[in-house]
Amino acid sequence: MPVIDPTSRAIINGLQGGFPLTPRPFRDAGLELGLSEGELIEGVRDLVGAGRLSRFGPLWNAELLGGDVCLAAIAVPPERFDEVAEQVNAHPEIAHNYERTHALNMWFVVSAEDPRRIAEVIAEIEAETGLGVHAMPKMHEFFVGFRVEV
Amino acid sequence: MLDAVDRRIVAATQAGLPLVCEPYRAIAEKLGLEEADIIARLKRLLGEGAIRRIGAIPNHYALGFTANGMSVWDVADDAVAGIGAKIGALDEVTHCYERPRHLPLWPYNLFAMVHGHTRDEVRAKVERIARLIGPAARAHDVLFSTRILKKTGLRIAA
Repeated sequence: MPVIDPTSRAIINGLQGGFPLTPRPFRDAGLELGLSEGELIEGVRDLVGAGRLSRFGPLWNAELLGGDVCLAAIAVPPERFDEVAEQVNAHPEIAHNYERTHALNMWFVVSAEDPRRIAEVIAEIEAETGLGVHAMPKMHEFFVGFRVEV
Repeated sequence: MLDAVDRRIVAATQAGLPLVCEPYRAIAEKLGLEEADIIARLKRLLGEGAIRRIGAIPNHYALGFTANGMSVWDVADDAVAGIGAKIGALDEVTHCYERPRHLPLWPYNLFAMVHGHTRDEVRAKVERIARLIGPAARAHDVLFSTRILKKTGLRIAA
């Protein structure tokens, strides 16, 4: 568990949404957090620099930007795992790929600006690996809390 | 749907806001637009859901949340919407989706991602979710990630 100073804690816990859309947003958000404009800017810069924040700004909804995203899973025989991971990851449309504890042990996300590419990429992976790909497209997204407390 | 100016704003902000006193003015100057136009468009995009939120985007791993569990649930199709809304509202759940079953291998139709510092912490959170759902969950499992094989961010061209 990394050590987190009070300024960082205030930023991470207090600013995971609701950053003001005003001309001086760091000053306005800082009032709520008990930080000056300069302290907040420096604190965010330090957190981004240290990699504790992936970034600071808008989180865009990929699907509404015109692209499409599909989760998919494969049951990969353990002795072929690394080889199949390489074949899957070679596709630029694969955004994330995780090994997980299940018979379906490889889980990846296919994303493409042209939604028709999703089915094509899945078919290509099936042909290359000889393994069945289970497509698990999102049917419904529920309200998401999306916060971490440190 | 986004117009061409919106897309330029996406391209200019997807790596983050400029960390300066007047970030929206800085974006406006870069794009040759008015600050008020940038703010108005961001407000509209937030309202439409094209922007989910604006602020700190945590790197779970770097903050010590190294246990990542995909909890999966088999619930009746007619109950999934109500249960999904309840689960998705929990602070410990970062994503919650309904997805298709793949029988007989995969009976689960509701997915909820749970992060924690340890696997035990994630399991305890999953048990709390199980109690919340009650008997409507016919079966559940939690799949821990054991390796990140690839992770690249979303990138949209202007």
